[in-house]
Amino acid sequence: MKTKYLVTAAASALIAGSVATSAAAQDLTLCWAAWDPANALVELSRDFEAESGYTMAFEFVPWPNFADRMLNELNSGGQLCDLMIGDSQWIGGSAEAGHYIQLNDFFDAQGITMDDFIPATVTGYSEWPKGTPNYWALPAFGDVVGWTYRRDWFERPELQEEFQATYGRALDVPNTLEELRDIAEFFQGREIDGTTVYGAAIYTERGSEGITMGVTNALYNYGFEYGNPESPYDLDGFVNSEGAVAGLEFYRSLYECCTPPGSSNWYMSENIDAYRSGQVAMQMNFAFIWPGVNADPNVGGDRSGYFPNPAGPAGQFAQLGGQGISVVSYSDNVDAALEYIAWFAQPEVQSRWWEMGGYSALRAVVEDPGFASSQPYAQTFLDSKAIVKDFWAEPAYADLLLAMQDRVHNYVIAGSGTAQEALDGLVADWEEIFEDEGLR
Amino acid sequence: MPDSPSDRLATATPSGVARTIRGLSDRTIAWIFVAPTIFLLLAINIFPLIWTIRLSFTNYRVNRPNADVEWVGLQNYQRILNDPDVWATMQATAHFLIWTIVLQVLIGFALAWLINRKFKGNDLWTTIIVLPMMLSPAVVGNFWTFLYQPQIGLFNTVVGYLTGAAPDSFSMIGDVALAPWSIVIVDTWMWTPFVMLICLAGLRSIPDSIYEAAECDRASAWRQFWTITVPMVLPFLMLAVLFRGIENFKMFDLVVQLTGGGPGNTTTLTAIDLKREAFERWRTGYASAYAVILFVTVFGLASIYVKALNKVKER
Repeated sequence: MKTKYLVTAAASALIAGSVATSAAAQDLTLCWAAWDPANALVELSRDFEAESGYTMAFEFVPWPNFADRMLNELNSGGQLCDLMIGDSQWIGGSAEAGHYIQLNDFFDAQGITMDDFIPATVTGYSEWPKGTPNYWALPAFGDVVGWTYRRDWFERPELQEEFQATYGRALDVPNTLEELRDIAEFFQGREIDGTTVYGAAIYTERGSEGITMGVTNALYNYGFEYGNPESPYDLDGFVNSEGAVAGLEFYRSLYECCTPPGSSNWYMSENIDAYRSGQVAMQMNFAFIWPGVNADPNVGGDRSGYFPNPAGPAGQFAQLGGQGISVVSYSDNVDAALEYIAWFAQPEVQSRWWEMGGYSALRAVVEDPGFASSQPYAQTFLDSKAIVKDFWAEPAYADLLLAMQDRVHNYVIAGSGTAQEALDGLVADWEEIFEDEGLR
Repeated sequence: MPDSPSDRLATATPSGVARTIRGLSDRTIAWIFVAPTIFLLLAINIFPLIWTIRLSFTNYRVNRPNADVEWVGLQNYQRILNDPDVWATMQATAHFLIWTIVLQVLIGFALAWLINRKFKGNDLWTTIIVLPMMLSPAVVGNFWTFLYQPQIGLFNTVVGYLTGAAPDSFSMIGDVALAPWSIVIVDTWMWTPFVMLICLAGLRSIPDSIYEAAECDRASAWRQFWTITVPMVLPFLMLAVLFRGIENFKMFDLVVQLTGGGPGNTTTLTAIDLKREAFERWRTGYASAYAVILFVTVFGLASIYVKALNKVKER
C-alpha cells in the first residue's frame, strides 16, 4: 500500500514537473546590456506579449560586465538566453562557434530582406563573414559614437566674443577634430556660473573596451586602417601608418589638455554623469544617451546640441556601436524566439521602437521624410550613421581588443613611450594573434 | 528508561539499521562519515586542479568548441615566463603585497596596542575601527573612486589642505606614479582592522603575571615591550601576515573597481591579468598554465612561511 502511494506521488511529481517545464517553455528570455534602450525594449515587448501570448523575461547586465557574463553564458552552452542582443564584435566568434542560429532561411521564409536595413548596420551587426550574405542577427539597435555639447554655453555672447578673439572663428559646432580640441581647450578650467568646468569628457576606460571605442574616432580620421584593403591581415603600414600615429597623438593631446582631472578611467556612464552635472562643455558618447540628455531637466532641451564626430585630415568617420538580435542555438524556444524577431522586424514596430528611444536601423523608419525633424538629435544620428567604421569582428576579437586597450591606455593615459611605439607594438600583438589563428 | 537525546535516537533507530551498524567496524563507520567530504573535496578541488594541469599543456580555448585541441608541451609555460608583461604584473603584485602587509602590520599592531589599554569608550572605538572590513570590496572600491575624485574628493581635499597643493592638481588613480599607492592606501584602510583584531587577541593572551614579574625585575616599559609583548604576539602577527598575503596575492575586485588595472598596466595585478587571459581572451590552456605557476608560487611560499611560523610558535 505504501509502495502504491509512493509510486502515485512520484508520478504526480513527474507530471507536475513536466507541466511546469512546458509552461516555462512559453517564456522567452532576452539578454542584453543594462542601459536605457533596454528599458525601452521592455516596454515595446509588452505588445509582443499581448499579441503572441508569450511571457517575456529579460536578463540585463551592466556594460562593463556584459561581454564577460554573456560570452561565458554562450561558451558554456547555457540556456539562460533565447534571444541575445550581443555586441557587434561577437558576431564572428558566435557564428563560428555555433552560438547563434543562421537566419537566412528564416528571413527568406518571412520575407525579411536585409536591403530594408541601413547597409552599415547589416555589415556591422548581421554578417559573418563580413561582406557575404550570411546573416546571424537582425539589426536591432543602430548606435554610433557622436558628440553632445552645451549649446547654452556656446551661445553666450561674452564667450563667443572671447573665442572669436582667441581663435579667429565663431564658437560653433566643430568641423574638424582640431577645432574640437580648440573648443575643449577654451572651456578647460573656465568658471561658468561659479563652477569650474572642463573641455570634454572622452572615453578612457581601461577594463573593458572604453578607450578603444574612443580613440578609434581619432585614429580613423587621421588615416588608421585595420589592414591592407587588398590583404586584410597585412597590418604593418596601415595600423601604424603616419596618419594613425598622428591620430593617436591627437587623442593623447586631447586627454592631456582638455579633460576633467581624474578622468583616466571613464566610459559611457562617467561621461554622462560629467555632462549632466555641468562639468564639461562636450562629451563623446554613443548616441543611445541622446534621448536621455534631451529629456534631462538640467541640460536637456535647447541647452544641448549634438554633432557627429568631426573630420580629420584623412576623412570623417565614427566608431560604430549598436547590436543585432540573434537566436541562441542552445535555446529550447527557438521557434518562439524567431517569432519575436519576425515581430520586431515589422516597420510599425520599428517605428514605435524609434519613438520609444530605440535607434531603429530600418530604412523605412530613418528614411521617412519626417524622421530628421522628429527629434533634435535625429539628423545627427543620420549623419553619424553615414560615416561609421567598426572594430574587428573576428572570432579572436577579444584578443585584438585587449591588445589595443593595453597599448593605447599605456600611451594615452599612462604616458608611456611614443605613439609610434604603441602602434608598432599593436601591430606585433595583432600579427601574433592572427598567426595563432592561422590567418597569416 | 531513555531520557537523553542519544538514548532517544538509539531507541528510535529501526532494529534492522541498528543491526547493520552494529556489524560495522569503527574504521568503516568513520569512512562512511568522512566519505561525502572526501568525495566533495575530490570533485571540487582535486579534480579541477588535475584538469587545470592537463589543460595547461594544450592550446585549448573554451570559446572554440569546434577547434582541435593540440598538445603543446611546455609552450604555454615558456610563453608566460618569457612575457615581460607578465613580469610587470608580478612586479605590480609584489609592490602591492609588500606595502599593504608592511603598513597593515605596523598600523594594525599600533592600533591593537592602543585599544588594549583600558580607557573609556574602548568598545566603541573598536567597533568603529573594524567597520571598513565589514564592507564589500566592490563597494569600497567604488566609493574610494569618489574620495579620490580630484575636484570634489575628500582625499584630495585633505591632502591639498595639508600640503597646500591644489586638490585637482593630482589624480590618485590616473597618475602612473600615484596609482599603485592608491590601491595600497585603500586596501590598508580596509584590512588594517583585521590585523588589529588578530594582534589584539595576541596581546590579550599574554598573562598579566609576566608583566608583573618584569616589573619586579625593574624592567623598563621599552624592555617589556621588546622582550615580552613582541615575542608573544609574533605568532599571531605572522598568522595575520599569512592571511593577508594569501588574500592580497589574489586581489581582484577592489582594484578592478578602483582603477580597472590602469593607468596602462600600472595596477594590473596577477589575478586581474589571469582573469583577462581566461575569461576575456579565452586562452584556456595558457590561462591554466598561468594559474598553475601562481598556485605553485603561492603554495611554495606559504609552505616555507608556515614552517617558519611553526618554529616561532615552538620557541
